[in-house]
Formats: sequence, C-alpha cells, structure tokens
Amino acid sequence: MTDALLTISGLTKAYPGVKANDEVSFDIAPGEVHALLGENGAGKSTLVKMIYGLVKPDSGQMTLRGKPYTPYEPRAARAAGVAMVFQHFSLFDALSVSENIALGMETPPPMRDLARRIREVSETYGLPLDPHRAVGNLSAGERQRVEIVRCLLQEPRLLIMDEPTSVLTPQEVDILFTTLRKLTAEGVAILYISHKLEEIRALCDRATILRHGRNVGTCVPAETSARDMAQIMVGASFAAPAKARHDAHGQVILDVSGLSVASPSPFGTALKTIHLTVARGEILGIGGVAGNGQDELLAALSGELRTAPGAIRFKGQAIGQLSPTQRRRLGLLAAPEERLGHAAAPNLSLTENALLTGAQRRGLLTRGFIRWPETRAFAQKIIDRFDVRTPGPDTAARALSGGNLQKFVIGREVLQDPEVLIVNQPTWGVDAAAAAAIRQALLDLAAGGAAILCISQDLDELMEISDRFGALNEGRLSDIRPTADLSLDQIGLMMGGAHGMEVAHV
Amino acid sequence: MDLSSINPILLLASIMAASTPILLAAIGELIVERSGVLNLGVEGMMITGAICGFAIAVGTGSPAIGFIGGAVGGALLSLLFALLTQVALANHVASGLALTLFGLGLSSLLGQGYVGVKPPPTPKLDIPVLGDIPLLGPILFSHDLMVYVALALVAGVWAMLKYSRAGLILRAVGENHDAAHALGYKVVRVRIAAIAFGGACAGLGGAYLSLVRVPQWTEGMTAGIGWIALALVVFASWKAGRVLLGAWLFGGVSVLQLNLQAAGVAIPVEYLSMSPYVITILVLVIMSADKSRAPASLGRIFHASQ
Repeated sequence: MTDALLTISGLTKAYPGVKANDEVSFDIAPGEVHALLGENGAGKSTLVKMIYGLVKPDSGQMTLRGKPYTPYEPRAARAAGVAMVFQHFSLFDALSVSENIALGMETPPPMRDLARRIREVSETYGLPLDPHRAVGNLSAGERQRVEIVRCLLQEPRLLIMDEPTSVLTPQEVDILFTTLRKLTAEGVAILYISHKLEEIRALCDRATILRHGRNVGTCVPAETSARDMAQIMVGASFAAPAKARHDAHGQVILDVSGLSVASPSPFGTALKTIHLTVARGEILGIGGVAGNGQDELLAALSGELRTAPGAIRFKGQAIGQLSPTQRRRLGLLAAPEERLGHAAAPNLSLTENALLTGAQRRGLLTRGFIRWPETRAFAQKIIDRFDVRTPGPDTAARALSGGNLQKFVIGREVLQDPEVLIVNQPTWGVDAAAAAAIRQALLDLAAGGAAILCISQDLDELMEISDRFGALNEGRLSDIRPTADLSLDQIGLMMGGAHGMEVAHV
Repeated sequence: MDLSSINPILLLASIMAASTPILLAAIGELIVERSGVLNLGVEGMMITGAICGFAIAVGTGSPAIGFIGGAVGGALLSLLFALLTQVALANHVASGLALTLFGLGLSSLLGQGYVGVKPPPTPKLDIPVLGDIPLLGPILFSHDLMVYVALALVAGVWAMLKYSRAGLILRAVGENHDAAHALGYKVVRVRIAAIAFGGACAGLGGAYLSLVRVPQWTEGMTAGIGWIALALVVFASWKAGRVLLGAWLFGGVSVLQLNLQAAGVAIPVEYLSMSPYVITILVLVIMSADKSRAPASLGRIFHASQ
C-alpha cells in the first residue's frame, strides 16, 4: 500500500536470551483500526514501545507518512502525531486531571485554558471529566478517559491503545467504540491491542498476529472466526474447559452477612454491607470494574483485613477475627490478584513460595523447623500437575513468566484440598491455553465438592465457569443471580451501567 | 529570675537568624523528597558545607565566596549519594545514613587546622529607610543577606512547585516514576538535579552556622539540626509554607530557651535545651493530622526496565 500512514518493515529487537521481535512487518492506513494480536510474551508491547519511542529497535525501518520515522524518545513520537493510551503506569494519583494531561503534552497551554479545552474535548467525544479532581479518586473507566482525552488534545494521526477495554463495563465499551469510530472517520488510525477476540471482530478492519515475536499472519477479523484467530495465535488448537453442569448444590459453607470494612489504602474502596453465600460444589462469580472493592473483598475473606467476627461464617463458625493462617488451617484458602509481591515473593524460590501458604495444610513444618524434602516434593507436584514451565522448584518466582507463575500460584492452593477457595483475577494476563487450564482446574475442584468464589473482570470467564453471578460497584454487591439466566446487558447494569458516559455528540 | 532582661525586639530579630540553617536544609530536602528520593544524609551534607564554607571564607577572606564554597561542598557530597542511589541503585536509607557518617568524619578531618580560627565577619545589610522603621526595622530588616536568600528560596520553591512546569514534572517523578518514564521524562536526571539542589541547600545551611551563627569551627557543630530538618519536611507534609513555620518555631524556641536560661528560670537546663526539639515535633505532628500524603514513590528505587 503506497498511501499507508505507518509502514513497519523488518523490525527486530533482541533482549538477552530472547528475541522479542523478529523481522516484524506490517502497515497501517489512515482511518483504519488495526488489531495487534498475540499471546502474552508474543512481543506486542515491545513492538508498540518501539513505535512510541520507548525502546530502540536493533534493526528494521519505520516510515510515517512517507518519511523515515525513528523516534528516539516519546516526545519525538508525540511530535510526529503518535499517541498512546497505556494499559498501566501512566497516571499520577495525587495530581489533578488537568495536571496529568499537561504532563502528557509537549507544549501545554496555561492551566486555565487547558481546563477549558479538556471540557470541550471530553464533551465532544462523550467522555465527561472534571479537570480539577484528583486522579486517585476516579474510577477505572474515568481514568481511562483521562488517558484518551490526553491523547486527543494532541490531535494524533495514530493512536495506540493497549488493552483499553479490560477495565470497562459492556456499556462503556460500546461508547468507547463509538468514540473510536468517530476518530477513524476523521482519518485517525488506531493500533488496537486486545485479548478479547470478539471485540476485535466487532471493531477492527485488519489484524496482524504475532507469535514468539514473529509476524505469523494477517486476517480480516470480521471474516475470521474467533476460534481461528486463537489458533493462529497459539499455533495449535486447545480445548475449551468442559463444564460439568450439576444443579443440586451441597450445603452452604461460606456465609457472609453485613460485611462492611474500610479500605486500608488511601485511594481504595470501602466494602458496604455485603451479603453472599457459597455452597459446596458451586462457583460464585464476582464481576465488576477494577477498583470497586475487589481487592478489599479478597483481603476481608482471606483474613488480611479483620472484620467483625460474625460477618464471615465458615461452616457456621464466626471467623471474621481470624488471621489468614488460622483460616487456612480451617480450609479457607485464597489466591490474590497480584502475582509478584502478593501471591508470591519474587526473590524466593518456588519451593520456598510453596511453603509460604502450604505449611499448615501440607504439614511442612515440625516444631518450627522446615521439612525441606516434603516442601520440595510439594513444589514439584504443583509444577508437574499444572504444567508450570520452569527449570525446577529452585527457580526464583520472578524468573517465571506471568502465565506460568499464575499456574503455580493457583496450583499451590488447589493442591491443598481447600474447602473454600477465593481467587481474584485467576487468569489476568495469562495466555489462552494457560487460562483454559486454570479454569478447568477450578471447575474440577468445584466438582470435587469445594466452594469457589472467583473475582474477575473478565466477564467471558465468569460466564464460562460460574454458577451464580454478582457484581461489585463502589463497594456494594448487586443481587446474586444464576449465570444461565443473564444477558450481557443485564450484567452491565449490575456493574453500574455506563457511569455517566454518553455517546459522542459530533 | 528576671524576665525583664529579655528584650522582645532582639528576641524576635534573632529568631530569623536562628531559623535560617534549618530552613535552608529543610527546603532543600523538601525538593529531594518531592522527587521521590529519601536522603537521610542532611546532617552529613550540612556539616561538610559548614567546614567547606568556613575554610574557603578563611582562605579567601570573603564570606560570600565562603557561602558559595559551602553550597558546592554540600552538593558534591550529595552527588556521591546520587551515584549510589540513582546509578548503582543502592538502598536510599542505608546510603543516606552512610552519607551522614561519612560527612561527619570528612568534616572533622578537613577542619583539623581550623579549630579556634575566627572567620571573616559577614556584614549585616544596612537597608536605608526600611531599617529605620521602629519595631519592624530591627526585626525584619537588619539581617545579613543569607537570611533573605533563605526566605527567597522558600518562596521560589513554593512557586515552582505550584505554578511551573518544572515543578509539575518534579512532582510527577516523585509520585509515580514508572508513569513519568513512560511519558518520556528523564527520571534519573530529574532526581540527580534534585539531590544536588538539596545538597547545596544543606551546605549553605551548614556554612551559615559556622560563618554567622556560632561563628567558628567545632567538630559536630550541627548537633542534630540536619535530623530536625528531615523531621520538619515530613511533619510539614511536604509543603514549603509549613516548612517555614516549622523552622521559625524551632528557631524561636531555641532563642527563647537561651534567653530563659540567661534569665535564670527555675527549670533544669536539660529541659530547656531539649524544648526546641520537643515543641517543634509536637506542633508539627498536630499540624500534619490532615490527609496529605508522602510522594508515592518516596524511597523506592527506580530501574527503567524496558
């Protein structure tokens, strides 16, 4: 294509031991939504970092509007008309919306003019924002609006979006798509990264698929099934989890009533009178946009946050005041969202990490001394049963890829025969094959009689594995309803609807 | 006991001079901490500035060149801290403590030939008209230049943090260094500049002690003022205006307790001597009860992993 906006040819970037990008080539036309697909570690983020000037390529060329394009830093990329909406790490909690936006601009106007322009742009595109609020007090969806408005104020020619919908309700996704289509009608090209294949089919004109850093295919998403795209990404077919439907549930084993607790972090969300029950053999799915009390709910149930004793009952016994270790001894286990630093200690070996939560239930301690052979055998068992790809149990946790460490962290809890298991984002940032394996393990565990509470922002995942569904919104839990009867629209409303977003006015 | 021997005008006038060293050190550390760096080496940089300023002033006979020397000495020592924490990615707390110990040792080594020497006197500004106003004249307008430099620095830091783009970038780096890096700001460069500024301010504060307040060189003459400056920054909730109030409070109680001692108040001297520290911290603890937070990246090591 000669009239391409951005042409990439033979882009290569190697890190010690791994080629993140190997001779990647594709082009993007003005007004096109181009999807970048691939599993975790396929090299998508390295590629967009090169386009945005954060990483220098080892070899290869980029051409922007017919001219050679070699951004040596993000400023140069922004000056050339390339803007990026980040998945994480680009907002400052303690600063106001307008200060955050000023930081992302080359030559920001004086603050008063900027606030006015923020209002204009946000109203034009249906993304309402108050320029003077602190970003730390905004919801996840509002934070993303800040990022998008920051990009729009620079009138970009190419907008890079890295997993923009992972924090949005279905209604917010619809409005975002309307905004994006409005932009493409104005000639802006969009490079769109997502794991959600159905979204890509709905939105994108073309897709480039990466595997192990190589460009392995191009397709027109609207004409390709999600299953085919997934197979090109993975390079093999994989089985979707088989759900063993069984209607008769066992007795209620975890009973939460009137749970209210303040958040330990300054910008967290307090839980407000939460009621829920989980029965043996059941998976209860808790959805909701990130930052609506998910972390606090996990902390209250796992014992990291203590509550009134009677607020949480396990087999009728009040356990709100018990510590995580005491709860584990009873049979209530938890796997938090953040793998490195919360679920696992990054610098400790897998064996040591296995000991950290497995000590009580697996009998890995005698009189305060560690039984190393048993501990090592336990770690090895997790590695074997959950297909954790690692040299061995002596490897440090931080050396594992996200997906492999997630399999280890979930496997560690599953293999302790929990009676109740609480997981938060069990497949966050995990590639499709590993995610399917983790979901299958959870289903098998429930089929064996355990009660599972699964907190997740991936609605497809919750629809797939959970028997009943509830949503957190600003620390409150919606009514809990059987999953089978729910439509996507109803779920969106349970999650709090569109949070005041409107369809673009232009 | 004779309280009438205390002259309130002289007392108020000396508060401004007494608070200058701690004010200089604290305003420098405020910038350092706002950039996300915790430098516990303020005491070491102050005393190094004290001896460097003293030695150079004695050598050249000019107090002005002495003050510049003190600032350069403090800044050079702080660059050692910058090398450790920003380049070698060492722990901030351990490096800062080491810097204090190193500065104390280095200063007593440098200062061996200067014990008992008198420095050239620093002239007081003789401001016409303003200085002649009764009451206000002696209190506000009869000081040496450094008192006004320190006040101007506080005002400058306040305005820079609040209104300038440089201040916004500095706050952004201290708030979330990963995000600042992703937006293309040079985190390490900003922090090294902040550390050097903090070192220069601490060095100036030290030089003010040895050239004006005391004025002579004795080992360990900073006597914990650097630590109080550190506490001041925290309890002032990282705000320039409150640092100024805290410094005045500390200076004020220091001067008052000396006057009380001289007047022979029937309180043991030890209690009077500790009172500036105790009162400053108590008041600042009460003031810091609002919801202000530390810069979120404070003391965290930044590594640009790409």
